[in-house]
Amino acid sequence: MADEEQKLTDVESPDQAQSWFYSETVKDHFFNPRNFLKADPKEGEYDGEGQVGSPACGDKMHVWIKVDPKGEKITEFKWRTFGCASAIAATSMLSEMVMEKGGMSLDKAQKLKPQDIIERLSGLPARKIHCSVLGDQALRAAVNDYYERQGKNDKITPKEQFFCPFKDQCNK
Amino acid sequence: MKEVYLDHAATSPLDLQVFEAMKPYLTEDFGNPSSFHTPGKKGKDAMDQARETVAKILEARASEIIFTSGGTESDNLAILGAAWANQDQGKHIITTKFEHHAVLETIQYLEREQGFEVTYLTPDADGLITAEQVMAAMRPNTILVSIMYANNEIGTILPIAEIGKAIVKLRGEKARPVFHTDACQAPEYLDLSVEKLHVDLMTLNGGKIYGPKGVGVLYIRKGTKIKPIMHGGHQQKGLRPGTENVAGFVGMAKALEIAQKNKQKESARLVKLRDQLMAGIQKRVPKTYINGHAIKRLPNNVNLSFLDIEGEALVLYLDAQGIYASTGSACTSASLDPSHVIVATGRPFEEAHGSLRFSLGRSTTEADINYVLEKLPPLVEKLREISPVNLSK
Repeated sequence: MADEEQKLTDVESPDQAQSWFYSETVKDHFFNPRNFLKADPKEGEYDGEGQVGSPACGDKMHVWIKVDPKGEKITEFKWRTFGCASAIAATSMLSEMVMEKGGMSLDKAQKLKPQDIIERLSGLPARKIHCSVLGDQALRAAVNDYYERQGKNDKITPKEQFFCPFKDQCNK
Repeated sequence: MKEVYLDHAATSPLDLQVFEAMKPYLTEDFGNPSSFHTPGKKGKDAMDQARETVAKILEARASEIIFTSGGTESDNLAILGAAWANQDQGKHIITTKFEHHAVLETIQYLEREQGFEVTYLTPDADGLITAEQVMAAMRPNTILVSIMYANNEIGTILPIAEIGKAIVKLRGEKARPVFHTDACQAPEYLDLSVEKLHVDLMTLNGGKIYGPKGVGVLYIRKGTKIKPIMHGGHQQKGLRPGTENVAGFVGMAKALEIAQKNKQKESARLVKLRDQLMAGIQKRVPKTYINGHAIKRLPNNVNLSFLDIEGEALVLYLDAQGIYASTGSACTSASLDPSHVIVATGRPFEEAHGSLRFSLGRSTTEADINYVLEKLPPLVEKLREISPVNLSK
């Protein structure tokens, strides 16, 4: 599964034109971001957290989740993102996707694809696709962290390679 | 909503006087300067007059002025043309790491495809290059030096006259190395005398100086060996074939005339506003760096890095408030890369991603600056609130 998601060329944007301006949905989430983490979390406040990217690479996401252990559902999703408009909008949208309909199951969260976020955003400019790729990676990292804390190592998905657009230059 | 355009380094509006000067040649006086009839003669006269005007401002001869389609073409003609014409003498070129892409990519093309060797000089932390640095890079086979007059992103002004003088002294009776400067950002504020600058080739662009877009100038010093990069008719001594854009040339000349006439007054006015903006932002927004030298910079250029946030996000937040700025060069905003200019001055990638350029212009007022100082700090604050990054200054 992880391999399949590494093929960035397979990820296509509904916005095929090389347009610069973002969809209304992207703009709405960018200007009015939902569910971001305001105060730094207290020790043990969240059940799992995940980070992906770095400021040197242009994008960094940090997400925190609370899990209902009975239903194996994510009941709360908080985030912080450094990056361009699409990175911020993608994380904000992801937070809604995870928490709607009583919360996303951990299983579904692990299988979420960048394409799912892009579709909900009504598309992203082609060169901004990698920003949303980070969202699903950050979520998976948080779910894996939850499983690790629970000692359910068999449910952890393989560690993923982070795609830095500048990896040849910035050595991060 | 109030609108504040602070992206004059990307492009400026057409001056109405320039527009008026151009008008007749767009409509009634449409003749082709190469035609042997009265309309053609009118076009030729207007073109010759425009060339004279430009030459006078540059303290050059009219025969040394070539009109082009803009800064990019002038840079290409200067670099490719001089490199090809002089390659029997050597294949080494000196430039800097923070040139405009029209220079950088053209030189990289020569390096990659045609076996030229290139020295890319690194600017210091303030974004400056010294004449000593340039001279230390000289080799017996150096045929071309291309160094910008003023940087388009961080506004630093490079010592072109000093470099030019040293090159003239070095080459003595020889015709090389040829010295080119991209002066696209200079005409509003700086002296353009090619005699004082000691340049052999100089690029100018209409769209940056309240003139028409799609028109540029390449000054070519008499005796400089250069080959055309386009082929066709005999126009402009065969160096730039193609039916002449008479209205564009007239507009370019008029724009240059106005820019140079007002440069001292406009410089003094904008230096004040620039410094107010730089100091005001630094006072109101913590963890902010100035990119480029504090004083040796264009009177209209402000470039800062805001730690912990990304520049494009800030540009769009500002846009929503009617403030139009940029992360750097408009030519690179389509790419995800951090500014090659900021990185060249030694700043780490994470800081380069948070760079923002304000470029002031003729319409900029103190009220505009105050508006930015009022609107910007909470926007930076908001983006920092949702950022997981907390770099220490």
